[in-house]
Amino acid sequence: MPDPAPTPAAPIPFPLLLVAELSYVCPLHCPYCSNPTGIVGARRSAELPTADWTRVFREASALGVLQLALTGGEPLLRRDLEELCSASRDAGLYSTLVTSALPALDTRVEALRDAGLDHVQVSIQHADRERSDVIGGAVSFDAKLAAARAVRELGMPLTINVVLHRDNLDDVDEIIELAAGLGARRLELANTQYHGWAAVNKQALMPTRAQVERGERIVEAARERLGARMEILWVLPDHFEDLPKPCMGGWGSDAIIIDPTGRVLPCQSAATLPGLPVERVTDSSLEQVWFDSELFNRYRGHAWMQEPCRSCPLGRQDVDHGGCRCQAFALTGDAAATDPVCHLSPHHAALVADRDRILAAAEKNERPPYRYRTTSARQS
Amino acid sequence: MSAADATRRPTLASGVRLHRDTVRERDVLLFPEGALVLNETAAEVLALCDGERTVAQIAAVLSERYGGADLLADVVELLDGIVAEGLMDRDDDA
Ligand code: SF4
Ligand code: SF4
Repeated sequence: MPDPAPTPAAPIPFPLLLVAELSYVCPLHCPYCSNPTGIVGARRSAELPTADWTRVFREASALGVLQLALTGGEPLLRRDLEELCSASRDAGLYSTLVTSALPALDTRVEALRDAGLDHVQVSIQHADRERSDVIGGAVSFDAKLAAARAVRELGMPLTINVVLHRDNLDDVDEIIELAAGLGARRLELANTQYHGWAAVNKQALMPTRAQVERGERIVEAARERLGARMEILWVLPDHFEDLPKPCMGGWGSDAIIIDPTGRVLPCQSAATLPGLPVERVTDSSLEQVWFDSELFNRYRGHAWMQEPCRSCPLGRQDVDHGGCRCQAFALTGDAAATDPVCHLSPHHAALVADRDRILAAAEKNERPPYRYRTTSARQS
Repeated sequence: MSAADATRRPTLASGVRLHRDTVRERDVLLFPEGALVLNETAAEVLALCDGERTVAQIAAVLSERYGGADLLADVVELLDGIVAEGLMDRDDDA
């Protein structure tokens, strides 16, 4: 479905997805959270008010956006979530609530549905109650199941999302059973990407290659068994591959992210890149930001690429766009470098060495405890 | 095509919506994390799928619009495709 990737001469495509991060605050504290670590100290009072979000949904729709993800942190913390769902419906957007299910999705989902919410995606940390609660850093498992059941009782489509890592990959079968039993239409099994808090916890979270390979086989078998009943998405972990993923479908080609304070971004981690111009929904229209801003144009097309991407021997410039800019910056100090996941990157050997060092430590069961995600300055 | 095909009363599955994408000037079906681009005929057929009309009645409405041609087989084929994508309930399996 996505439009063809832009080449230098190609026109800028219209965006398809708006990710609305409604609040940084979250009742859970997942150590793999992809939110930036700089959110410590985030204040609810700095969150974008209802009227701005409502206008932004209309602007997004006029720009070609079809899908809206209401996410966070935890979107349920917004008291105006019902209002935002009806604003989404009025704008003609297809809305997905991406949630931990806390607080109280089970009793609130009907009102959200009536307001215009289309689809619910609930995260689960593990198929086992205690272990799920330990990973999430909060007692939450039972509330998640209750919410998932409430969603299905209303006949709404349900997606279950599980971020995979060392402490739950061995239980992928149980996770698949749980999701199928809840009546999920989709199950997203996303291996941890090491951004945000996950980068801080890399040593605790990185699975062994054997775990990943076993997980993959189990998913294959489950897909055959379940057929069309439940779609299973499996996102491979970057550090076990030697070609990068097309991050966000390419910089500024499919998606717009708006953070809780109203900053407009091409990807969820882009705020970690130094020296990027800041764009705010309160200063410019989405259309101006999308087509004309330096921020969105910086890594479009090929002109910004360096070697080896510039003369890629695999012809993958429009396939992977040189990989993830944030990962390139985190691992090389240069946001325009080739993503070190690529085996052609001069930094690939360092990435492999780092991974192997972590895996060797994992074999000996040497691992640090989780550093839980928090927005509160006191706890960190 | 069986006799049952003509008498079922199709509707879009819950969580699936027909949408006019005015920016790209085309009709799409929206569903969780995705969109299916429809041609004009498909959009017309799906707009008639309200859970009340039978497939035969839908084909008859279209036939009237398009000069009396027998469109039943085409409508059944199109709807089967949408069912196979998991985007449509049939009254017999809803
Ligand atoms: S990953 Fe966990 S901590 Fe981060 S926003 Fe989601 S539920 Fe909250
Ligand atoms: S060199 Fe660049 S464009 Fe080529 S495969 Fe590697 S990351 Fe992709």
